[in-house]
Amino acid sequence: MILAWLLVLLLVGGILAWVSDRVHPQLPRWVALSVTLACLLMTLFLWLETPAHTANTWLMRYEVPWIPQWGVSFSLALDGLSLLMLALTFFIGLVSILISWKEIQTKVGFFHFNILWVLAGITGVFLTMDLFLFYFFWEVMLIPMYFLIGIWGHENRTYAAYKFFIFTQASGLLMLLSILGLYFVHGTATGTYSFNYFDLLGTNFPLGVEKWLMAGFLAAFLVKLPVVPFHSWLPDAHSQAPTAGSVILAGLLLKTGAYGLLRFVVPLFPEAAQVFAPWAMLLGVIGILYGAILAFAQTDLKRLIAYTSVSHMGFVVLGVFAFNQWAYQGVVMQMITHGLSTGALFILAGFLYERLHTRDIRQMGGFWPTLPKMGVIAMVFVMASLGLPGLGNFIAEFLTLVGSWRASPVFTVFATIGLVAATVYSLRIMQKVFLGQHHTTHRMQDLSPRELGIAVPLVVLILWLGLNPQPVLDLARGSLETQLEAYAQPSLKITSPNSVTLIAHPQDSVHTLKGGSHALK
Amino acid sequence: MENLLWVIPALPFAGALLLILLGGRLPRTVVSLIGVGSVGLSAVLTLLLGFQFLSDAPAGGVYRQEVWQWFNVAGFNPSIAFHLDALSLVFIFVITFVGFLIHLYSTAYMAEDEGFTRFFAYMNLFVGSMLVLVLADNLLLLYLGWEGVGLCSYLLIGFWYKEPQNGYAARKAFIITRVGDTAMAIGLFMLFQYFGTLHIQTISSEATQAWPIGVQPALIIAFLLLGGAVGKSGQLPLQTWLPDAMAGPTPVSALIHAATMVTAGVYLIARMHVLFELAPIAQFTVAVIGAVTLLLAGFSALTQSDLKRVLAYSTISQIGYMFLALGVGAWSAGIFHFMIHAFFKALLFLAAGAIIISLHHEQNMFKMGGLKEKMPAVFWTFLIGAASLAALPLVTAGFYSKDQILWLALAGERGNIWLYLAGLVGAFITAIYTFRMVFITFFGEAKTHLEHPPGKLIVLPLVVLAVLSTVAGFIELPHNFGHVVLFSSFLSPVLPNLPVNESMVPSEWMFQAIAAAFSLAGVFVAYLVYLKRPALHESIRNSGVAMALHRFWYSGWGFDRLYDKLFVQPFVYMATLNKNDFIDSFYHLLTHIARMLNRGMAHTQSGILRWYMMGVVVGALVIITISLLP
Amino acid sequence: MTTLPMEYGLLLAGILFVIGLVSLLIRRNIIFMLISVEIMLNAAGLAFIVAGARWAQADGQVMFIFIVTMAAAEVSVGLALILQLYHNLKTLDSDAANLMYG
Repeated sequence: MILAWLLVLLLVGGILAWVSDRVHPQLPRWVALSVTLACLLMTLFLWLETPAHTANTWLMRYEVPWIPQWGVSFSLALDGLSLLMLALTFFIGLVSILISWKEIQTKVGFFHFNILWVLAGITGVFLTMDLFLFYFFWEVMLIPMYFLIGIWGHENRTYAAYKFFIFTQASGLLMLLSILGLYFVHGTATGTYSFNYFDLLGTNFPLGVEKWLMAGFLAAFLVKLPVVPFHSWLPDAHSQAPTAGSVILAGLLLKTGAYGLLRFVVPLFPEAAQVFAPWAMLLGVIGILYGAILAFAQTDLKRLIAYTSVSHMGFVVLGVFAFNQWAYQGVVMQMITHGLSTGALFILAGFLYERLHTRDIRQMGGFWPTLPKMGVIAMVFVMASLGLPGLGNFIAEFLTLVGSWRASPVFTVFATIGLVAATVYSLRIMQKVFLGQHHTTHRMQDLSPRELGIAVPLVVLILWLGLNPQPVLDLARGSLETQLEAYAQPSLKITSPNSVTLIAHPQDSVHTLKGGSHALK
Repeated sequence: MENLLWVIPALPFAGALLLILLGGRLPRTVVSLIGVGSVGLSAVLTLLLGFQFLSDAPAGGVYRQEVWQWFNVAGFNPSIAFHLDALSLVFIFVITFVGFLIHLYSTAYMAEDEGFTRFFAYMNLFVGSMLVLVLADNLLLLYLGWEGVGLCSYLLIGFWYKEPQNGYAARKAFIITRVGDTAMAIGLFMLFQYFGTLHIQTISSEATQAWPIGVQPALIIAFLLLGGAVGKSGQLPLQTWLPDAMAGPTPVSALIHAATMVTAGVYLIARMHVLFELAPIAQFTVAVIGAVTLLLAGFSALTQSDLKRVLAYSTISQIGYMFLALGVGAWSAGIFHFMIHAFFKALLFLAAGAIIISLHHEQNMFKMGGLKEKMPAVFWTFLIGAASLAALPLVTAGFYSKDQILWLALAGERGNIWLYLAGLVGAFITAIYTFRMVFITFFGEAKTHLEHPPGKLIVLPLVVLAVLSTVAGFIELPHNFGHVVLFSSFLSPVLPNLPVNESMVPSEWMFQAIAAAFSLAGVFVAYLVYLKRPALHESIRNSGVAMALHRFWYSGWGFDRLYDKLFVQPFVYMATLNKNDFIDSFYHLLTHIARMLNRGMAHTQSGILRWYMMGVVVGALVIITISLLP
Repeated sequence: MTTLPMEYGLLLAGILFVIGLVSLLIRRNIIFMLISVEIMLNAAGLAFIVAGARWAQADGQVMFIFIVTMAAAEVSVGLALILQLYHNLKTLDSDAANLMYG
């Protein structure tokens, strides 16, 4: 029930925020802030109530029939994975309301309505276990985002908003086709027509059908994630959106793609997913390298950060299609830490934009002496983005790579090379913005208490996730094991003596190196 | 006492954290107190712990302390845990002790700098990370320290960030070492695949049981780890960052780019020596890399005019000796040379720093000269360090450590006459460039005006290090005189001793004499060319071949240009070429097609009602006709 | 009482429809166009009546009443539009009202 309340709170809060604009122009901010805070507290309460090692994967379920004759129900369920994602959603949501405090001065009520409705859509996506409802929330999350970009965005906002809308809408429609296909295939096979996730799990299809149905889901999720070559909406949307929009896009919307892969594609279509795995890993690796190279070339700070997202999301695809615990825990960590670290980088870009009214890094440089606090915080997140150990992103990337090594050493090697490219573009941010000579005469204020209040918790969280990620990993483990039930797990280590070959037999040893790899077979 | 092990790395971290958080608000005395005090306390704790370790050796020769479990995913469970054995004790002793002296020196050296607090924050962070690196009980934690010191190196090379070329040098260092680190990371994935853990001791013991010598996974893993080691230690082919790293303040060069961080590669190979023993090809490669690097860097050092760059190339060269030692299996000799090198190279850098700061940041040797009388304390300590670097026989520590390497490179069971010859030629070159430096800087006529003489806080660390550079050699003396084996027997529980080819033992004195003769000859050549007969120097310099060689060596054998052409330029070219993302043009094509269709259809909408009617009629006729067709 | 064959009625309806259609296509005066539409509607109505009589069903007459009602509504709206058009363009030429092209 509490799950439904979360949604109701956000949706009603959104309308309230819109209406309250008439009473006082500042009121919508407070309404939105308190609603999001309430949701965050509820989520944290749920987390604290969660027993550390529970046998039951599903912590909570809520189900009422909605359109029974079509087999549609209002079905919500919470497991460790969704709980983590909810905590991230409300935290990022809170942050994005706070950063808009000064930035947004027009149509304040409608802005916060959109923020809250996006959050509601995202919450719904993370919670719902009915595919019909899932598609509904998938669309709910799209339209307010379109308004956020199109109304409060930067100079080229209309183009970016349309591009974002068309990409996600078109791919979403493909998913709708697949949902309907799944519904009818399952219905004709079993006689019960249902959109319910739990009913649809374990449906047996002919491989050909399974491939096509999976393709529809993949279209939606891979575009959202995004994977090269479907990424080109992202740099435009990210760079044109207002800061809050970029933070929500990078921190949350991209994660719905990753979540969708984990929640739907992997358990619903196990055979097809394994067939597709080598291609998906290839796409992931291409994304890692291609995004990194493009990030290096950008001169628009927000566009640069957007391309780093493309690169980082490549690790998610790589990990998801490795099908083992290490990679999956890495993926979950990547979702959370990327949300925090890239969100933070966008926030810093927003702070700089408020001071300089430009996003062009060629006009920046030498800000360290004037903005020392911002410099230190930027340094932390730049290091997070290049995967420095001790920060959360390292755990994510290392676990993903350890897992993907089992699936495919070759792809993993290329993905690891991506870490060098990440170093190249990350250090470029630092150099161009904070180091070097100061060549503007602008007087700039260092971070205000409000801005510090936004940035410092992010720093603390990313450090905490880097040094003690176990609570997060524990919470995610149960649900990840469930997603992986249909897949064979590799053993912890290779112990059989014949796995080791002497150099005298090179033809065998090549085989040994690739041992445990399904992706290459 | 051993429960305090975690405090040793924690103290510098705490210092760094305090300085970053309170940063600007503290007065300089408090900053120096925190910065120096934290490392000093660590040094004291290390001494106490080391004393206990020596007097009452623990079971198995190891103190292990787990602070907390880092994470546990499906059996992959690295901990934040520290492992103190003889090898790490040597390293933490050098790190904390030399680190403390350099911190102390820095309070005077950096006194005028506006980034005083930032400097000590970074330095403390560095010491903490380095201690984690050498104390880590699993490779993942080691990797944390490994990247942490890389970060600090980046921050400190680019410490004077206003100069773009400092930033360039900093990024170069970070990126090139990251290339090595990536190889190492892949090595870790492989190790985890085969052993299901990254715990160093478990890997070492299981590898010897499970794998015969020469097994392929061991070979690949050893090569990958070697990739990490050459990156961090500035060895061929990833050595190009180290000379540029001299852009940082001189105490940084002393601590990070001479004494400690750059020897992390040596530590890694020594720590994982089991794997290298299982992969003789990889181990031989270590030796070859060491031998080639020590020669290349030595020749480059001969031609430099910047005092710090000479020292930088000499560091690369000396680490080459350590790699040579590790490669022939002379583990403890390599570590011994690391320790002695840390003392005399820190000394040389600090003395060079004293000169540089006194001459108002002048680093060109040829603009110095005649400093012998003006700065006697610096001169004498520098001379001691130089003697140790040049391995002058009997009185210097450098002689004992280098001689041991040369002897084992020849007489050890994996010895090889070519490796020995490379080391010998290297020793000769070392002596030449070292005393070239001494003669040009301190003798001859004075060319600059001395700003202010170095203060007490600068001289004190010099003296302490000078004493260490001399006496530390006496804890390990050769068989034929003294036969003191304190150091190698101390390390023997961790690192096996190298069996020596017995037939050569009687002639050991002869090889010692040859080594001594080579280094003395080097000093003499330097004396002849640079002090006694400068005309000779001029005539050599002006011949065509020498000039070409000079240019070639001066630029570090052209590696920079090669890498620039091979990697940097193509990457930048590719990136800028594709700045606007050619994939996007595909979607632009789609919109273009849609627009064209739109324009075509729009023509039919003429606004004339009767045309529309005609359209309806024709359409209706077509439909009726089609429906009437059989 | 002899009944006319249905074909006659339908033929008449068809001829009326074609006349309406042709005049709709060739006329430019918008009032005449409206009248042509009325003729076509009535042709359709006649066809319904004839068919209803042929099968002795009330449906045809019901449809005719619908058509008459609709025609009345259409004329009132159409005339109002024509009035507006005339106000704005000072002409009744339908080709002059081509402002909404492409």
